[in-house]
Amino acid sequence: MAPLRQLLRSFLPFLVGVPVLLSAQWAMEYSGSQAYTLLLVTVGVNVILAVSLNVVNGATGQFSLGHAGFMAVGAYTAAKITLGLAGFKLSFLPAAVSDQLFFALALAAAMAAAGLAGVLVGLPSLRLRGDYLAIVTLGFGEIIRSVIENMKSLGQATGLSGLPLRTNLVWVGVSALATVVMARRLSVSTQGRALFAIREDEVAAEAMGVDTTGYKVRAFVISAAYAGLGGALIAHAILLATPRMFTFVRSIEVVVMIVLGGLGSITGSVVSAVVLTLGLEALREFQAYRMVVYAALLIVLMLLRPQGIFGTHELWDLPFFKRRGARKDAGGAARAGGAP
Amino acid sequence: MTEFLQHLVNGLSVGTIYALVALGYTMVYGVLKLINFAHGDVYMVGAFAGYYLSELVGVRPPWADPPPGAGEVFVKATIVTMGAMIICGLLGYVIERFAYRPLRHRARLTALITAIGVSFLLEFGFQLSPLVHTPIEFPPGPSPRVFPALLERVGYEWAGVSLSNYDIIGLLVALGLMLGLQFIVYRTRFGTAMRAVSFDSEVAGLMGIPVNRIISWTFILGSALAAAAAVISAVSRPRIEPLFGLMAGLKAFVAAVLGGIGSVPGAMVGGLVLGLAEEYVAGYTDSSYRDAIAFTVLILVLLIRPAGLFGRFTVEKV
Repeated sequence: MAPLRQLLRSFLPFLVGVPVLLSAQWAMEYSGSQAYTLLLVTVGVNVILAVSLNVVNGATGQFSLGHAGFMAVGAYTAAKITLGLAGFKLSFLPAAVSDQLFFALALAAAMAAAGLAGVLVGLPSLRLRGDYLAIVTLGFGEIIRSVIENMKSLGQATGLSGLPLRTNLVWVGVSALATVVMARRLSVSTQGRALFAIREDEVAAEAMGVDTTGYKVRAFVISAAYAGLGGALIAHAILLATPRMFTFVRSIEVVVMIVLGGLGSITGSVVSAVVLTLGLEALREFQAYRMVVYAALLIVLMLLRPQGIFGTHELWDLPFFKRRGARKDAGGAARAGGAP
Repeated sequence: MTEFLQHLVNGLSVGTIYALVALGYTMVYGVLKLINFAHGDVYMVGAFAGYYLSELVGVRPPWADPPPGAGEVFVKATIVTMGAMIICGLLGYVIERFAYRPLRHRARLTALITAIGVSFLLEFGFQLSPLVHTPIEFPPGPSPRVFPALLERVGYEWAGVSLSNYDIIGLLVALGLMLGLQFIVYRTRFGTAMRAVSFDSEVAGLMGIPVNRIISWTFILGSALAAAAAVISAVSRPRIEPLFGLMAGLKAFVAAVLGGIGSVPGAMVGGLVLGLAEEYVAGYTDSSYRDAIAFTVLILVLLIRPAGLFGRFTVEKV
């Protein structure tokens, strides 16, 4: 029974979420409101970015400033694949299904490529203390942009345009759900415990036999892969991938989201990603002051409430969600632990 | 051979700039164990301070009629450089006093995030459209500005190698500042106190060293050096904009890590080595990836010798 319940717990959000998303998608298509669809897609992508960055910056206590760089890797990989496969169709399937299959392939490739970039950046810098990671990732983000701007095959500064519209609410919603479920499942796993141990005290964790570098690199790679997913999704929503979309300003936005929500809180990341995205949309005319406000917000938060709004608390820590599940869980854990 | 010497000249002139900025990173890291993220932006502020000061003192370009005399050029260039150093020193003090000091005993991540916040506040604050118009336009706004010519450029040609008085004066000023710093750090009471704080700030405090004041002065010194570097570099490369401190700061950080972060001679050597490496690699290969070179150097240093050239690898004790 226990494995089945475990499995169900991972898939339950999707069982609930997919019908909701499908109906939302249908409603959007029915009303034909492009602007709202794009806004919702942006919200979803920001949730993916915030929750995935939180795996490194919140759960592990390292500090990455290169999320936009990994987004760029993902976006360009996926864009290249969809552009390359634009003329092909799987003849035994309806055209729409075939397109979606290719898009799924592109998303998977985007995650793989971004994850690979994560290994290359993370392996040298994560052997040392966290501050190096901040500068190395900031540098990486700038370098990846200058590489793209110099590569003819990636369209240089004008980028890749003419992508087909593939991202819809279902893809974004499922990806956001997957990111949240991933972060949640990670935090209750052995890997997650190791990450928390590293965050609390790296030296002590190492003394307890935690392979700190290995766990840090793995967390970093997971986070980079999901950033690549977010980049691929946004590129296929606005049908364009340019280096200007992935400047370090984008990374800072995500950092502000997770710091505001609370480093280490998945709920906080989701809430502040949604609130900040919608809030910015409402305050469009003050665009020029946006980054100044973000920077000031970071400083003031650190001085007054460094743990952010939610600290490390989660929605599912509330007693309401614990009534039966928690007790059963404890019993299940005891049984699992007792088994030989 | 000519090409080799030409790259040597260019590399040294870039390398001294990196070295001066790297000194600020390394000194602050020495006393606080904090990577001062905002240091690259202090460098940027230094360039703008020089720009505004030269507007205020009315620097006349060498092609003006009548051309400024040698005495006037010297006085005004000195005022601009010293003024920029003082302004940045004050800025460094303010940043330390109000952003870093309240957080000194909190988690390391908190200080790092604050430093990032300060850095972006400077970068994007300077990009706002001007609010003050007289006597100067401040903030300068996002479009690049041209740093005024403080003195006339005189080019020399020697065995095919071209260099200018900018390179020579810049190199001499930078070397003078580095020697001065070397003297301060190793030959004065303040320097001794600074090294004591860097060794163990708590025990230094118990021995009667005013730790707060030493840390403030470390920030002031580092920021003033960055301002001097900014003025020297802006004279020969006059395009300045609010974001140009970002790359310079990153590269200077690489120089500091290369030399061994926390080590004063290391930062000087690291800066020169990085400048030369960049110039030679970019000169002999495709120079469009120039910015990627410093980054490659950083990754190599972190992989092969994380403590840097002059640093000693220390085991973290609890």
